[in-house]
Amino acid sequence: MFDTTELVLNMGPQHPSTHGVLRVVLRLDGERVVGSEIVIGYLHRGIEKLCEHRDWAQIVLLTDRMDYVAAASNNLGYCETVEKLMSLEVPRRARYIRTILAELQRIASHCLWLGTHAMDMGAMTVFLYAFRERELVLDLFEEYCGARLTYNAMRIGGLPLDIPAGWGQKVQAFCTLFERKVEEYEELLTQNRIWLNRTRNIGVISGEDAMAIGLTGPPLRASAVSRDLRKAEPYAAYDEFEFDVPIGSTGDTYDRYLVRMEEFRQSIRIVRQALDGLPEGPILGRVPRLIKPPAGETYHAIESPKGELGFFIVSDGKSNAPYRFRVRPPSFCNLQALPRLIQGHLVSDVVALIGSLDIVVGEVDR
Amino acid sequence: MMSAYVAPILKILVLLNAVLVSVTFMTLLERKVIAWVQVRLGPMRVGPHGMLQPVADAIKLLLKEDITPARADKWVFTLAPIVAIVPALVAFAVVPFGQEVTLFGHAVTLVIADLNVGLLYIVSITSIGVYGIILAGYASNSKFPLLAGLRASAQLISYEIAITMMLVSIVVMSGTLSMVGIVEAQSTARMWYVFVQPVAFVVFFIGGLAETNRAPFDLPEAEQELTGGFHTEYSGMRFALFFLAEYANMIVVSTVATTLFFGGWLRPFPGVAALRALGLVPGWVWFLSKTFVFLYVFIWIRATLPRYRYDQLMRLGWKVLIPLGIANLVVTAVLKVLL
Repeated sequence: MFDTTELVLNMGPQHPSTHGVLRVVLRLDGERVVGSEIVIGYLHRGIEKLCEHRDWAQIVLLTDRMDYVAAASNNLGYCETVEKLMSLEVPRRARYIRTILAELQRIASHCLWLGTHAMDMGAMTVFLYAFRERELVLDLFEEYCGARLTYNAMRIGGLPLDIPAGWGQKVQAFCTLFERKVEEYEELLTQNRIWLNRTRNIGVISGEDAMAIGLTGPPLRASAVSRDLRKAEPYAAYDEFEFDVPIGSTGDTYDRYLVRMEEFRQSIRIVRQALDGLPEGPILGRVPRLIKPPAGETYHAIESPKGELGFFIVSDGKSNAPYRFRVRPPSFCNLQALPRLIQGHLVSDVVALIGSLDIVVGEVDR
Repeated sequence: MMSAYVAPILKILVLLNAVLVSVTFMTLLERKVIAWVQVRLGPMRVGPHGMLQPVADAIKLLLKEDITPARADKWVFTLAPIVAIVPALVAFAVVPFGQEVTLFGHAVTLVIADLNVGLLYIVSITSIGVYGIILAGYASNSKFPLLAGLRASAQLISYEIAITMMLVSIVVMSGTLSMVGIVEAQSTARMWYVFVQPVAFVVFFIGGLAETNRAPFDLPEAEQELTGGFHTEYSGMRFALFFLAEYANMIVVSTVATTLFFGGWLRPFPGVAALRALGLVPGWVWFLSKTFVFLYVFIWIRATLPRYRYDQLMRLGWKVLIPLGIANLVVTAVLKVLL
């Protein structure tokens, strides 16, 4: 009777819910997605290539700019990779402080995720509540290293600064406060009927498929695959702490939400243990004045808030810069799953699923 | 001869201004209340505690360039905001704000027109408003507004029926379609209808949220999905008209809820003689306070709940609210005949 055609809808790069400059080209039948294509590259700054022309020590600065909402995790990943390449020993105190920073960073990053994810679905109060607590974490970082977003908080072989006096108590106080705040977020969302309707059975992906497609981090664990690099390949000081790895059951948006909410609590647990057992000692290992790793290559990955953040670095042993520098960014690899997840869902679910993967375009494009 | 026209025209002028002023200050109230819910301050800069913010907003919107997209359907594009705002304002004509008061020696009824089909008038007038949204979505000739227009029409069909069912239940109770008559019926029954028709009230309020495109049913303007929805392509005063219409509609729904379910200008517990002292407060004060409570609830809900999805909203409308409405109507009618 009527001729119907597919509607091609260009979502982004300027769109309130594509978290930066992601562009998704949707093919719609009514509001149902029948096909999609992801276009990236709007935030490409050539960071990997830039790194091949910088001093080893200068690169820490550039890693800040990849996942700019989790700069400390990037610092940690890069420094540890170079340490592995140079077989450097990092003092225990430095490893403890690094763990504290990484976990605080995880809390800050998840706060940002929670806020924007809820905001995408219209729950704008959660957004402001989550940002209020993220602000507290940023204050702690500011007190530690002076910066609030791009910290440059670590050095190859250790840390540039010891923690300021009284900082530990402030972090403890934050942990106590934040535990209650997590309850507050959960009160608003976890049992909320509209929230359940919007997230349950949306973008289901099985554990096998998730592994095949290369998902890591909370989206993988939500699909009932218990893989967390903090447990599987411990780095920093994670092997010395007790914590659980929350996993989901069905791998839908709701499970991804629950996994991250539980990670808030586990992060607090790790931070507390690290503060209680913080050893005395130096914060910088025996690092040569001129950093020049021996010829060779290595890959090292950490569990960033968004998933497996890996660095592959080749050194020729001669120059002051890496010969090849390659990042395995969790946002980029997780984003691959998006066309598959949104297939057959509605436009409203597309924004929910982009939020649920927790991507940062700065890291996708680098 | 002249004097027959003077009173209504004066009343219309006063009401229109009152509505428009309260609509502009609704925007401030909304921003303030949401800010308090979210532990922030809200507008603070213009005037004490941001009290003059709406004035500043109005001036800004008036001075803004009014853009018509090159490929838009110009006539419909211009018509749409008017279609949205006019019904919202005209609907106030039959709302009784209070009892008869004496002003300068004249008895003045606080209603512009006490139509004997007042309720029917409101239902029909307010459903025209949504055409503004549909036309805006269509005329913009742009994809996001188009989707918004489709959503708005789907929403309209799903909720209009449920709401009307509930209103019919009230008509069965009161035996009249006149808004004044319904309040008087509640006075005679010595009972607000919300206590005898709680289901009707809940469904009416949910439907009212959907009718006015308010959260959690604000799908046609879902900012995070449709980048503003039907008003994406609008700017300046035309954009403002859509907002005025939305707020005016909220006030209409609140006044209708007050009139039908909460006894209009009647004091609380009109049947309890011990509370007779409450009757000293003028009726219009009761009416406005009740309306204000509803407006607050509208804002409160927006600050609390996430947004429904388009298909879930339809499911709620067709599978829950409409059957509930029919059941409620049948039960009401049967009881009315039996008792």
